[in-house]
Formats: sequence, structure tokens, C-alpha cells
Amino acid sequence: MAATQKTPFSAHLLTVFFALFVLFLYGPMIAVFLLSLQGPEGQLTFPMRGFSFHWIGAVFGQQRIGNFVEAFGRSFWLGLLVMLITVVFSVLAGLAFRTNFRGSNLVFYLTISSLIVPSILVSLGIGVVFSLLNLPVQWYSSALAGHLTWTLPFAFLIMLGIFGRFNPAYEEAARDLGASDRTTFWRIVFPLIASSVIGVGLLGFTLSYDEFTRTSLISGETNTLPLEIFGMTTNVTSPALYALGTLTTVFSFVLIAIALFTMQKLEELQNQQER
Amino acid sequence: MQISSKDLRPYLLVAPQTLTFLFALVLPIMAIVIISFWDFNGFTSVPGFTFNNYLGIFSSPVYLKTYLNTFKFAFLVWLVCVLISYPVAYYLAFRIKSSKWQTIWFLICTVPFLTSNIIRMISWIPFLGREGLINKALIGLHLTNQPVEMFLFSDFSVVLAMVHLYALFMVAPIFNSMMRIDRALISAAEDLGASSFNIQKRIIMPLAAPGVAIGTIFVVTLVMGEFATMRLMSGGKASSVGYLIKNQIDSLQYPMAAANAVVLLAITLLIVFGILRIVDIRKQI
Repeated sequence: MAATQKTPFSAHLLTVFFALFVLFLYGPMIAVFLLSLQGPEGQLTFPMRGFSFHWIGAVFGQQRIGNFVEAFGRSFWLGLLVMLITVVFSVLAGLAFRTNFRGSNLVFYLTISSLIVPSILVSLGIGVVFSLLNLPVQWYSSALAGHLTWTLPFAFLIMLGIFGRFNPAYEEAARDLGASDRTTFWRIVFPLIASSVIGVGLLGFTLSYDEFTRTSLISGETNTLPLEIFGMTTNVTSPALYALGTLTTVFSFVLIAIALFTMQKLEELQNQQER
Repeated sequence: MQISSKDLRPYLLVAPQTLTFLFALVLPIMAIVIISFWDFNGFTSVPGFTFNNYLGIFSSPVYLKTYLNTFKFAFLVWLVCVLISYPVAYYLAFRIKSSKWQTIWFLICTVPFLTSNIIRMISWIPFLGREGLINKALIGLHLTNQPVEMFLFSDFSVVLAMVHLYALFMVAPIFNSMMRIDRALISAAEDLGASSFNIQKRIIMPLAAPGVAIGTIFVVTLVMGEFATMRLMSGGKASSVGYLIKNQIDSLQYPMAAANAVVLLAITLLIVFGILRIVDIRKQI
């Protein structure tokens, strides 16, 4: 009681500050949602002029604002590819780090260093390597490599945290009972990390789906969605730009919701089995 | 001595990830370093070994200005991020008592960072533009007669957008550090009569420092390595090293771009190692 009486004012102040922070994060997003639902007379700023799905429809009219659908397709497949590779590579590396091996420090620092190399360097460097090797830059080759330098370190750190948290006795018990490595992994280890793997997958996909700088110089002649949108900012001055923003944001939200829901379900399942 | 398959196992397991980094990170950086010594004859890059690119960077006032401008933005964005993120992380870690709500609020703070950066920049136009909400409010309150042009396409809008884009990279590590603080320490200090200011200064701040350090590394490297926000939010007026590199590549001056990239990398690494010398972050992982 004493504490609640002592600091009501500063406590409220902090709550207000936090609320303002959340408003700062979501306010612009909500503004864009609203403005993308304007009537055909709509402008880039408030007040809203009417209400319609005119601008949402305009996004799909190819000649109006660049080629959104194809760029979306590329970003979607690239995201899936990055997600898959990120999950598999980081789980494997996480498994390796369950034992102490010579050179593990080197591997660790190599991975972390990828986070602190400025993005533009990665883009430029991969572009240079591809041109020295006489390979054409493409979204599915050079841009893929660029994205992995960003997603893998995060996934690796998360996997280290997850593997560090559960007891190796589970696996040892399974091995003592004669289970092969493969059986031990799929029957014991994987169910324990499954929900985190989905989290890592979501992170891998969204980081790739939204990545700009690490794609910018190396996606070849075709654009990924963020590059396409960046190009539009210079020549599209109608709410169609906002409509596109609304669509991609809603897409991200749906993905996040599905991932969180699945993680929740998996954890419930896990808890039931432990009982 | 025979090497059993068991000894090889961890190496096989880390091989895919490590090979990816060797190909997509180490090799590219080596290539940049090599190219940075090449010549540029006005049309194309010529293999060679010259220090002219570097001499050009260090002797030109234009480059110096661009570098200083980059540091200015990195510093401003960092400062605002710390000032915002520390109280936010503190609120999440200490004021919200149920761990379920902690997770929910943290997720609410995280979700916007999983959406498109470019869209998040654009979404400031309805607020900052000539006819944006802020100008309308100022005119409505008779604080100004003419719309203020400086909100959009200025240093202010660049910093605002970058803070909006990168604040989570500061909030998350500070939150992580704060969650590791043993609550018994704080109750003990309270029982001994410590003021909340002293608890903040002598317990929470020192223990949250590694989080601030990690956040600093993230924010500084993110600001140093990008050009899109600078281009979009300054309307092409402000310049940064990232933007400069991008422009040099667009005009095919690869050796010059590479030399700038090497200098940028060296500066970034200096800052990171400087931070790591002050704060030990290894225990945070």
C-alpha cells in the first residue's frame, strides 16, 4: 500500500508516456488505413474525402501505379525461401552449439558480425562478387544471399537462447534407450522447439519481405515489393500509395496472427503432454 | 588418432550457416576492399592499385561534410531512441506485473516493426506535410498563418522517421536486460529505505547498461548503413554516407563507392569495439 500511495503521480506519468509511445507507433499506420479508404477525390492528407474502395482497387490496375502484383509475388516467394533456409540452418547451428567444439567462438563471432556490418556494404559487396564471378544478379540468388546475412544471425541468437533453456537430459535419455540421432531429434527435440521454430520462421519471412537496403543494389532488373513501393513514392501522388501500404500491412498482420495463433496452440499441446 | 564421426558432427551442423556467411559476407567485404584500390577512368572500373580513392575521401570537404552529417544523424537518432526506449522498457519490465500482459504489450510494441519500412515512412506524410495534421492544428490554433514547410523533408522528419523505424532495436535489448534483474535486489533496497531515484540510479541503470549498449550498436549501424529514409524523408536534401555510396554506384563509380564503404565499415567497427570495451554484453545472450 505504501508504494502505491507514494508514487501515484510518477506512475501515471509513465503510463501516459507508454501510451504515447504506442500511439506514436500506430498513429501513422491508422492514418494511412483511413486515407486509403477515401473516395475517388481523395488526397494525400486529411480530411477524408468520402469513403470507398476506389484506391484499393486502383492498386490492382497495373498501368496506374507500377506492377504491384508481380513484385508482391517475388517478395512472397523470396520470403518463403529465406524463411525455410533460415529455420533449417539456424536449427542445425543451434544443435551444434549444444556441445562445446573447437572454433565455436569463431563461428559465433562471424555470425554476430553480420549484424553490425552496415546494410549498404552487404548489398554493394554481393553485387561486386556477382559481377566478378560473371553471374547475373537476381532476386532469387544475390538478393537471397543478402537477406540471409540479416535473418540468420537473429535466428541463430534465438536458437541459442531456446536450446540453452531446455535440459539435455531429455536427449541423453532417448539415446541411452537406443534411439538414433534422427529419432531423438524428431521425437524429443523438435516438439520442444516447435513453437519457437514458427517464431523464427515468422521473423525470417517478415524481415525478408520488408527488407530494402540489402536488396536495393542486387535484385537485378526486377523489383521486390519494397523496391517497387520505394520507386512509386517518387511518381505516385495519390492515395493509391496508401492503399498499397494498407494492403501489405494487412498482409503482414494476417501472417503475424496466424503464426502467433499456431505458436499458442503448440504450446498448449506441449503443456498437455507434459502433464 | 582417428577422428570419429561424432567429433565431426558439430562442424557438419554449423557448416551450412558458416558457408553462407563466408560467401555472402566475408567474400563480399574482401571484394569491396580490393575494388576500393581500383581506378576509375570516367566510364568503367580498371583493376589496379591506387590510394587515390582514399586520398579523395580524406582530402575533400564535401566528403567530410557528408561523414559529419551521418554522425550527426546517428547521434540524434540514438539519443532520442535511448530517451524514449528506457522508460518504455522500464514500464514493460517493472510496472506491468503479470507476465501474460508483459508479453502482450511487448508484442504490441513489436508488430509495427514487422511491417514495411517504406510504408512506415510514407505514413508520416498525412501528419507532416504542408497540409498535414500538424500544420492544420497550428493554423487552427492561430500559432502560425502559413503552413510550416520544415516538418516534412527536413532533418527533423529524417530523425523522426528513423526513431519510428528503429526504436524497437533499443527497447528490446533494454527490456531483456531489465527482465534479468533480480527483483529481490529491488525489494531489499526498498526495505533498506532507498529512494526510487537511488534504486533507479544505483541498481536498475547499471544492470540495464548492457541492454543500452546492444541497442546502441543496433541503432548506430542501422542509421549508418541505410539511404532510403535519408532520401525519402529529407526529399533528397540531406546526405549520408549510405546515400553517397548508393549515388556513386548508380553512376558506376564502384572503386569510389567501395572506398567509402571501407571507411564506413572501419568507423562502424571502431564504434562497436569502443562500446564493447566499456560494457560486457556476452552475458546477455
